[in-house]
Amino acid sequence: MALDRAALEPPHEQAHTSTGVSNTKLAIWVFLSTECLFFGAFISTYLLYRGTETDGPTPADVYDIPFTSVTSFILLMSSLTMVLALAAIERGDLRRVRVWLLATGAFGLLFLSGQIFEFTEFVSEGVSISTNSPSSSFFVLTGIHGLHVAIGIIWLMILFFFALQNRLSHEHSETIEVAGLYWHFVDIVWIVIFVVVYLIPQ
Amino acid sequence: MTTVAEPPAPVEDVQDAAAPSVGSLERMLRRPSSTTGFWSWFTTIDHKKIGILYAATAMVFALVGGIEALLIRLQLFSPDGGVLTAGQYNSMFTMHGTTMVFLFAMPMATAFGNYLIPLMIGARDVAFPRLNMFGYWAFLLGGLFLTSSFLLGGAPDGGWFGYTPLTSTPLAEGFLPGRGTDFWVTGLALLGIGTVSSSLNFIVTILNMRAPGMTLMRMPVFVWMMLVTAFLAVFAMPIVTGALIQVFLDRNFSANFFVVGNGGDPLLYQHLFWLFGHPEVYILILPGMGIVSEVLPVFSRKPLFGYAVVVFSGIAIGFMGWGVWAHHMFATGIGPVALSAFALSTMFIAVPTGVKIFNWLGTMVGGALRMTTAMWFSVGFIAMFTIGGLSGVLHAVVPADTQQTDTYFIIAHFHYVLFGGMTFAFIAGWYYWFPKVFGRMMNETLGKWNFWTMLVGFNLTFFPMHILGLQGQPRRTYQYADGLGWTFLNRMSTVGAFLITLSMLIFLVNAIMSWRNGPKATNDPWDARTLEWSTSSPPPVYNFLEVPDVHSRDDYWHRKYTEDDEGRMVALPRGGSNGGGRRGVG
Repeated sequence: MALDRAALEPPHEQAHTSTGVSNTKLAIWVFLSTECLFFGAFISTYLLYRGTETDGPTPADVYDIPFTSVTSFILLMSSLTMVLALAAIERGDLRRVRVWLLATGAFGLLFLSGQIFEFTEFVSEGVSISTNSPSSSFFVLTGIHGLHVAIGIIWLMILFFFALQNRLSHEHSETIEVAGLYWHFVDIVWIVIFVVVYLIPQ
Repeated sequence: MTTVAEPPAPVEDVQDAAAPSVGSLERMLRRPSSTTGFWSWFTTIDHKKIGILYAATAMVFALVGGIEALLIRLQLFSPDGGVLTAGQYNSMFTMHGTTMVFLFAMPMATAFGNYLIPLMIGARDVAFPRLNMFGYWAFLLGGLFLTSSFLLGGAPDGGWFGYTPLTSTPLAEGFLPGRGTDFWVTGLALLGIGTVSSSLNFIVTILNMRAPGMTLMRMPVFVWMMLVTAFLAVFAMPIVTGALIQVFLDRNFSANFFVVGNGGDPLLYQHLFWLFGHPEVYILILPGMGIVSEVLPVFSRKPLFGYAVVVFSGIAIGFMGWGVWAHHMFATGIGPVALSAFALSTMFIAVPTGVKIFNWLGTMVGGALRMTTAMWFSVGFIAMFTIGGLSGVLHAVVPADTQQTDTYFIIAHFHYVLFGGMTFAFIAGWYYWFPKVFGRMMNETLGKWNFWTMLVGFNLTFFPMHILGLQGQPRRTYQYADGLGWTFLNRMSTVGAFLITLSMLIFLVNAIMSWRNGPKATNDPWDARTLEWSTSSPPPVYNFLEVPDVHSRDDYWHRKYTEDDEGRMVALPRGGSNGGGRRGVG
């Protein structure tokens, strides 16, 4: 009889999979590919509307590119600290895992604060979600990206509290890696958005 | 060969054996533990129970959608019909379409996938059982949310594709007063979450959880088609979710995505919707194609003709399905280049579809046919789907399509594909796998009645719509005048709809009676080919006592039969060294 412990283990905890990639990692990759299509819908919308002739100011009239470049740089640096957190968990250095997770979350929070500041500035200069089609597509595209950053921060903070309680060890490196994949993806999407929205001239 | 008599290990024992160690590993969330009785349906993470939940829920929603369809047909029975008001009629056709697509067809495909994929690839469960559970409850919540709109603020009435600016105009200025469209937008977004989670689960399960030796090209065609479907779903749902968010913001937060005066373009919505909507068509039909590809070989006692071609044409449909969306928009003025490009791609996508039809016919040619109900419905599928496919190719011809757009011809076409195609395949699947799922056989006499009333009723309902469409009867119009020559054909259609209802009642009576009192099924009542028939009926929670070791395509068949020196089929002795479940040990 094969009714031993190993056979009863929930399948996703088995070490061997048909492709060799773990279930969790495969799932996050597929999930990120669906996110590409989700952002793709909003990026295409923005591209379609960015040059439209309309009444009222468009986001392009009120950009502060140096300011957004700084917050973008901060977000990119958070990818670096994310990698350092992964390297730390692989070494089993839980103290540094905590430091780098907290740093990643903090950089993400800084970026979000910058975005909220930018949004309020835009609104005070007369560009809101209901001004015209370019402004709607700007606010929704960057807003949905901001929402993803916020979800990422919550995810990282959950991991941070696990680390505080010493519930992570080097065996859990994949847990950090998967969160990292999501975080890097959100960063890469921002690079695309930054180029499309701020850098390509109208 | 295990027989029915051998009892599967009691479910409780298995759970108890695992419970202590699982408890110590999982401090945060205790795993649900009811395995029998009423509460087990709420706590279950077993793919088979979740599959049954999906199927039962989809059947309930099918009844709701069916009643909506009957009300539409009653309204159209006579010229200047007065059964429904114009507003109620709008709600009926909107909710009929939305219910049948999102609350019947997709969940029913997910039901088959959930139940069968792990069994067919020799796995003990899906990759993420709790995500699977989440997907079901998200679907149920979305479905109840959408349907509750009838009681809370008015049902959606903007058509199942909810075109802008009709749907996106702010509530205050509203073309569509009432909260119906908001229910529709939010409900579809919720359902999208459920669909993406279940499809993600299918992809990881199929790619990662296959039994030893179950290479991709040994997988049953149904599993292949579900893999393609799952990929289509995870890529299509986010696009429509984006479009729905834009509509929601336009309606409720005065955004300007589709306001022409402020730079918006309502056609963008149509592009986003159909970029989802056309892959959606294949999300609906590919599982059905998978089901008949399992049923036909079993009842022809032949392997599927051209397995690799069927698989690759399925994959080809999966890719090409992304390049044909604008044929839904030929009448919107998208320009001659786009018209020609999408006309060509639409003609091309008919090729892999046609290839499959020849493969199914080839499977039957020279076979020892057993005309069970499942087989009849599969043959019906081929015939009806071919008619629907042919009228579909007509839409690739732009001048013809321009004439047919928004007429009953379109309704005839997609009902031949989705009802004559997909739903026939689902019923075939019910008759075929019912013994495996419930351990009892369905009644074949009632089954034949079910099939023939369905075939006649279906054609009586939808064939006249071809003619009505060519005569110019427009869709989504709640009355038609007398003297246009449409009355007789509309009456035929309504009579047909009631014949379909009768047929569905026969089906339900058959299912319920067989479930309670049907003759006990053996493990392998159809002498079938795929792994799910090698375990008991119904299968134990852990599916297989020993994870099967797969040596070939149709592995289970080759455990039962071999060829003698002259190529004739010979049954292997049961329980012999090559017998069920014990193969490959040592």
